[in-house]
Amino acid sequence: MLHRILSNDMPRSRWLAGLLVLLVLALAFTPFIFPGVKALNVAAKVLVFIVLVASFDLLLGYTGIVSFAHTMFFGIGAYGIAVATTRMGSTWEALAVGLSGSLLLSFALALVVGLFSLRVRAIFFAMITLAVASAFLTLASQLHEITGGEDGLSFKVPEILSPSFEFSEEPFMGVSLDGRLLCYYLLFVTAVVLFLSLLRIVNSPFGRVLQAIRENEFRAEAIGYRVVVYRTTSAILSALFACLAGAMLALWLRYNGPDTSLSFEIMMDVLLIVVIGGMGTMYGAIVGAALFLFAQSYLQDLLRVGSEAASALPWLSALLSPDRWLLWLGVLFVLSVYYFPSGVVGRLRARSAQL
Amino acid sequence: MKNLTFDWKPLVLVPLLAVLVLPFIGSPSTWLTLTIAGLAMGMIIFIIASGLTLVFGLMDVLNFGHGVFIALGAFVATSVMGAMGDWTSSTELWRNWVAVFPAMLVAMAVAGAVGLAFERFIVRPVYGQHLKQILITMGGMIIGEELIKVIWGPAQIALPLPEAMRGSVLLGDAAIEKYRLMSVVVGLVVFATLAWVLGRTKIGLLIRAGVQDREMVESLGYRIKRLFVGVFVVGSGLAGLGGVMWGLYQQTVTPQMGAQVNVLIFIVIIIGGLGSTGGALIGALLVGLMANYTGFLAPKVALFSNIALMVGVLLWRPQGVYPVANR
Repeated sequence: MLHRILSNDMPRSRWLAGLLVLLVLALAFTPFIFPGVKALNVAAKVLVFIVLVASFDLLLGYTGIVSFAHTMFFGIGAYGIAVATTRMGSTWEALAVGLSGSLLLSFALALVVGLFSLRVRAIFFAMITLAVASAFLTLASQLHEITGGEDGLSFKVPEILSPSFEFSEEPFMGVSLDGRLLCYYLLFVTAVVLFLSLLRIVNSPFGRVLQAIRENEFRAEAIGYRVVVYRTTSAILSALFACLAGAMLALWLRYNGPDTSLSFEIMMDVLLIVVIGGMGTMYGAIVGAALFLFAQSYLQDLLRVGSEAASALPWLSALLSPDRWLLWLGVLFVLSVYYFPSGVVGRLRARSAQL
Repeated sequence: MKNLTFDWKPLVLVPLLAVLVLPFIGSPSTWLTLTIAGLAMGMIIFIIASGLTLVFGLMDVLNFGHGVFIALGAFVATSVMGAMGDWTSSTELWRNWVAVFPAMLVAMAVAGAVGLAFERFIVRPVYGQHLKQILITMGGMIIGEELIKVIWGPAQIALPLPEAMRGSVLLGDAAIEKYRLMSVVVGLVVFATLAWVLGRTKIGLLIRAGVQDREMVESLGYRIKRLFVGVFVVGSGLAGLGGVMWGLYQQTVTPQMGAQVNVLIFIVIIIGGLGSTGGALIGALLVGLMANYTGFLAPKVALFSNIALMVGVLLWRPQGVYPVANR
């Protein structure tokens, strides 16, 4: 049963399995274990990032191609929901229209970019996606009438998902049963389903071909697999999942703007999470996203302490300023690519393989 | 050289584009202004892109962190020129050059020195591994950008043009900014120097040979790794120079400018063919012209027009206009 659900891709390490169970349980019961709005927000963000990072891992870790346009599809998904609900009112039909519209757009864009750039060589893909993504970011902040420009769009979600909707007067285990809770569990179920389908994809025969292409493109082509077709399919699939992750984010935040879903910083975060969690191991997305989002909030606090402690040395203090946390993430990123190429999950698996 | 006849077709692209848009713009004087502006922008982009394309062609290293040297050069220029206020505010042109020239030299030297460290610590450990290269150099870019913010502060800094370089000259009805003419001249000087070094000296011969077939050059006993370090440093220095010129062109510098220009440069070297200096020149001029024309005709799609240009060129020649590196 468990083998079927996880597509026969078991954690293969006792520590990893324990960590995963712990994380999933924590996410499942966040509203009841950790009270407060902030904890719930962080947990929801972790759910969104698990899907986003896992879909990026399909591309980077399993197919071995680097895309910098992943946040573009993430943004398309978020904007789809935002634009549709502001235009059509907060109904379920609007959500459906927005979601299907953005999925179609992602599909078309990923197909076009993939066919053009993956045909020649994978390295073009990295450069072209960077160009396309930055053009899209500029476009989104300029088309003020549709996207709300730099200010973004605030919108209402259907009544049943909004915080003002109460299922019962009585709080259950100290938690009020409102639309917000329902929304969280909607995200949770969606994230679980999407993650398991990604796991299914990478462990299917199709996923094996992707890994073969990653390892040796020439040989895969020689065996008779059309490398372009497989790569493009992988790029499209990953774009569609990223688009769904974007829709999840918009649904939770009830707001979308260029900085929340399209910015380059998010792309960096995604890259970092994939590398820390472990490239080519779907479980890395869960471990990485949870670790990173906790670190993101605590690193800044830690830097603030360090900066104050080093106030006698102005230059050191400037280096440790909380605004410079991206610097330390960058250092962490470079070091983890050098010394941790297989990430947390890879390390844990290697350890238990030795035993 | 597979065919000894010179491939002239890509050379026609630049005038062709310029002539094709003439009817859309209408007034010839506006067209002339835009064309000169486009050529100036193209020359600056070429200065930046030439180093990157050589680094790629020679060593198969794709440096996503190239943009950081642009920003570095521009910021160094703000410090140098800020310290020489007497000279920049003078209305005599030669005095202005006395301020700008050292700024360029210092910017090149600093960018080159940082390039040396970048090559040693960021690029060298990941030779031959494309995936890691892209990730690592991207990380290096983030670190560099943040360090610039630590040194010069995160806000944008004004980099005003020296007095005598402001304003424009009238050529018939067309107003042409003086600085743009100057950047065309500087760009031509850099291109001529590069062409001379690459075409007429032994080092240039080795670089070109290395771009075409690295292993063969190595087997003849040349230490191509050392040559590569040199090319990387010079390329970073040129990016620093381009950064100074780009900063003066925009009149403001921001820590993020490197990342913005990076996108243009990638388009340029893809159009030009990875590893080709001549191709990079044509690509840069095309991109510069296209950016100015569409900036005038349809500002909102300016960045997409360059992507469309790239797609068009790749449909015609999938390896870029001058395919050099056969990998």
